[in-house]
Amino acid sequence: MTDTRPVLTMTGISKSFPGVRALHNVDFRLFPGEVHALMGENGAGKSTLIKVLTGVYGIDEGTVTLGDEQVAFSGPMQASAAGVSTVYQEVNLCPNLSVAENIFIGREPRRLGAVRWGEVRRRARQLLARLDLDIDVTAPVASYSLAVQQMVAIARAIDVQARVLILDEPTSSLDAGEVAQLFRIMRQLRDEGIAILFVTHFLDQVYGMADRITVLRNGTLVGEYPTAELPQLALVEKMIGKELDVLERIEEEPRRELAVLEDGTPFVAVSELGRKGAVAPFSLSIHAGEVVGLAGLLGSGRTEVARLFFGADRADRGEVALSGKPTSLRNPVQAIEHGIGFCSENRRAEGIIPDLTVRENMILAMQAARGWLRPIPRRRQDELVQQYIKALSIRPANPDLPVRNLSGGNQQKVLLARWLITEPRLLILDEPTRGIDIGAKAEIQKLVVQLSDGGMAVLFISAELEEVLRLSHKVAVMRDREMVAQLDNDDTVDADRVMQTIASGSQGEEANQ
Amino acid sequence: MNERFKTALSHRLFWPVAVLVVMLAANTIYRPGFLAVEVNNGHLYGTPIDILRLSAPLILVALGMTLVISTGGIDLSVGSICAISGAIACLHISQAADQNNPVTVFTALAMALGAALALGAWNGVLVSVIGIQPIIATLILMVAGRGLAQLVTEGQIITINSGPYRAIGLGHFLTLPLAIFIALGAALLVAALTRRTALGMIIESVGGNREASRLAGIRSGRMVFLVYVVSAVCAAIAGFMMTANVSSADGNNAGLWVELDAILAVVIGGTSLAGGRFYLSGTILGALIIQTLTTTVYAMNISPQTALLFKAVVVIAVCLIQAPAFRARLARRRRGNPPPSAPTPQRQKEEVTA
Repeated sequence: MTDTRPVLTMTGISKSFPGVRALHNVDFRLFPGEVHALMGENGAGKSTLIKVLTGVYGIDEGTVTLGDEQVAFSGPMQASAAGVSTVYQEVNLCPNLSVAENIFIGREPRRLGAVRWGEVRRRARQLLARLDLDIDVTAPVASYSLAVQQMVAIARAIDVQARVLILDEPTSSLDAGEVAQLFRIMRQLRDEGIAILFVTHFLDQVYGMADRITVLRNGTLVGEYPTAELPQLALVEKMIGKELDVLERIEEEPRRELAVLEDGTPFVAVSELGRKGAVAPFSLSIHAGEVVGLAGLLGSGRTEVARLFFGADRADRGEVALSGKPTSLRNPVQAIEHGIGFCSENRRAEGIIPDLTVRENMILAMQAARGWLRPIPRRRQDELVQQYIKALSIRPANPDLPVRNLSGGNQQKVLLARWLITEPRLLILDEPTRGIDIGAKAEIQKLVVQLSDGGMAVLFISAELEEVLRLSHKVAVMRDREMVAQLDNDDTVDADRVMQTIASGSQGEEANQ
Repeated sequence: MNERFKTALSHRLFWPVAVLVVMLAANTIYRPGFLAVEVNNGHLYGTPIDILRLSAPLILVALGMTLVISTGGIDLSVGSICAISGAIACLHISQAADQNNPVTVFTALAMALGAALALGAWNGVLVSVIGIQPIIATLILMVAGRGLAQLVTEGQIITINSGPYRAIGLGHFLTLPLAIFIALGAALLVAALTRRTALGMIIESVGGNREASRLAGIRSGRMVFLVYVVSAVCAAIAGFMMTANVSSADGNNAGLWVELDAILAVVIGGTSLAGGRFYLSGTILGALIIQTLTTTVYAMNISPQTALLFKAVVVIAVCLIQAPAFRARLARRRRGNPPPSAPTPQRQKEEVTA
C-alpha cells in the first residue's frame, strides 16, 4: 500500500561538527505507510541525519522536502507541528513532570489561555489506552521504568497528527514483551498511512518490521534496498564495509577454558550481600580469569548487583572477601584501590564527562587513583591514550576532541579505555554493547575474551542472552531482584534453559551454588 | 579572511580582549590623555594603573568564584566574607598599642584568614556534605555574614592608622601598586595549583558530571568542599585590600555586591555557569573589563542616575557579542539570506550520536 510519491525527501545533506564530518552528501526518502529502517554502525551518521531532519542541528548543505514543500525546521517543536515527530534513543521526557504533562507539554489544550488539566489527563489516558498502557497519568514520569517512559514518549509523538514518526533505537531498553507491543503499535500506525523511520541495532527487528532499508557508512550513503532483496549477511557487509573479516570474528565461538577455575581462592567472593529495596542477599564468587555473566530481564536487579560489587551503592548486609581477605566496599574509591573497574550502562549520566576531551576522559580514573597532587606526565598520557585509541579503534582518533563530539559507540570505547588504563583485576561491564553497532560489539566481545585470558576477572552484564552465553564461564540468573540460579556454562546450558530459569525462577535441575 | 586572523578570531579570549581594547579606545577618543602614564616620586601614576589597582580585589574574588562555578556551584557569600575578614583584621589592629607594628598586622591577617577558612568550610559542608543547593547554602552566609561583620565591628566603622596594613591597598612595589602584585601572585598560585597538578581537570570533571566523576573514583564531595574554602580565602584577601584602601572597616558596605561583579567576570571570561571547563585568564580579563567600565562611567562624567543603566547595556552587549549563536545570526542577517535554523549554545553542547 505504499504511495508512489515520497512524503519526505532529503537530498544532498551534509553536516560537519568541529573535527568530525558527520554527514556527506546523503540522500534519503520516506514513503507514506512504510517502515523504513536506517542502518549503520556507530558514528555512521544515523542520529545526526535524524537531528538534521528535525531541526536540532542546522544543515550545512542540502534540502529537505516534506510533502510538496521545502522545509527547514528550527527545532523538534516546529518539526512535530509539521507532522514529523521523534522518539529519541535516550528517552527525553521531563522526569519531574507527570505523564500527562509530558505528553502535552508545549501544546496543552487551553481555554481562554488557561490549561484545561482535566482534558489533558483524559486525553493522556485515551492515548495510553491505545498503546495498551494502564498507568496513573498524574504520577511523575520518573516513577516509571525506562520501558514505560519510552511508551509515554511514543504516545507524545503519535498524538501530534504525525505524518512521519521517527523512532531512534526505541527498543534498546525494552524487554521482549514490550518490543512486541511496540511493533503492534508500529504496524497499526503504518497501516494508518504514517511513514515510520526506524533505527535499531537489532537485525531481527529490522527483518521483522522494515519494508525498506537505507544504509549509511561513515556519514555517506551506501544505498537504499527493499528488505526482501537484502539478505542479512549482505546488510551487515554493507554496514561494516570491510566484508567478512569482522563477521567471521563474530561467528567464531571464542573458546572457553573451563579448566580448574573453581580451585583456589576467588579474586572476589561475596556472601549474602544485599541492599534493601535494590537486591535481595546473594552470594557470588569470581575468579581471576573468569567471566561471570549476569542474565535477567530489564529491572531484574542486574545493575544493582554490579553497583554493590563496585561500592557505587553501599550494601546494608553481607560480607565481601577479596583474595580471601574480608574487606568492605563502601565507595568507588575503595573499590578502585582494590583493582575493580565499573563501566556503567548509563553512559551519558554515569559515564562520560561530555566537556572533557577524549584524553582527559580516558585518564580520569587513573588520575583519580593517583590523587590530584601527582598528575600523570603528559608523555605517559599520550602513550596510554594513543595505545587505547588504536587498540579499540576509536574514531575519530583525535585525543583532544571533546568526548561529546563522538558517537555513542565510540564514547563507550572511551569509557572502556578509562578502566583498562587502570589495569583492573575485576572489570564490571554493565551492558557494554548496548546501542552500539555490530562491528564494535564484536570488538568488545573479543576484548573481553582477551582480558580474561590475561587473568582479568570480568562481570559481564547484557540483555542479550547469546552474548552472555558466548562469553561467560558461569552465568548467574537474576529475577525480580533476586539471584535465582548460578549455572556453569557447559554444554547443557543454552539460551532456552537460561530463559526457562528466568521465566520460572527455579534453579534448574543442574544448578549449583 | 587570512588564516592567522581566523585563528585569532576563533580563540576563546578574542572577544573579551576586543571588548577591552574597544573600551580603552573609546575612552582615549573621549579624553586623549586617558592612557597616559607618568612617573611621580618613583611610582607610576595614570588611569591604566588605577584600573589595574582597583580591579585587584575583584580579580581575587573572581578567581575563587571561577573554581566554584566550574564545579557547577556559585558562591554568593564572598562579599560578606570580604567584610568579615576586613573587620577582623581592622579590629585587631585598632586594639593594638602600635598599629604600625608588622607583627600586629601579620597576626591580624592570620586571624582574619583563619576566620575565612572557617566560613569557607561552613559553605563547603553545607554544599558537599549536607547537599544544599549552592545558591541557597551561600545565600545564608551572604545575609548572615553582614550581621557577623556588624557584630565584629559592634555596628561602628572601625578606623585604623596602620602603615603596613594600608600598603596592602595603596603601597607600591617596583613602581607599581602592591595590590597588582598580590592579585597577580594569587592568579599565578591558583593557576599553578590547578593546571600544574591534576586539580583543574578533576574540578572540571566534577562540574561536568558529578556522578560520573564519583564512579571514576574522584572524591567529588571533597573537591566541592575545597573550592568553597579557596573562594573564601580569595575573598578574605580581597577584603584586606578593600579595607586597606580606605583604612577603615565598614561591616555594611565593604565588598557590597562584589559577588555579582565576580560572577559576571567569570561569565565574561567564558566559564559556563553550568559548570565544567574554566578559564582563569578569561576571568581576569572579565574583571578588568568590569573595572574599566566603572572607570569609564566616572571618566565620561555619566550621571550616577544613568551609570548603572549604562553599565547594564554594555554588559549585555559584551555577553551577546561573545555568544557564537548571536554572532552567527548577525552574520546571516547581514548576508541577507534567512537562517535555515539557528543553532544555540545548548544544542552545540549536545553530543553527536549516530
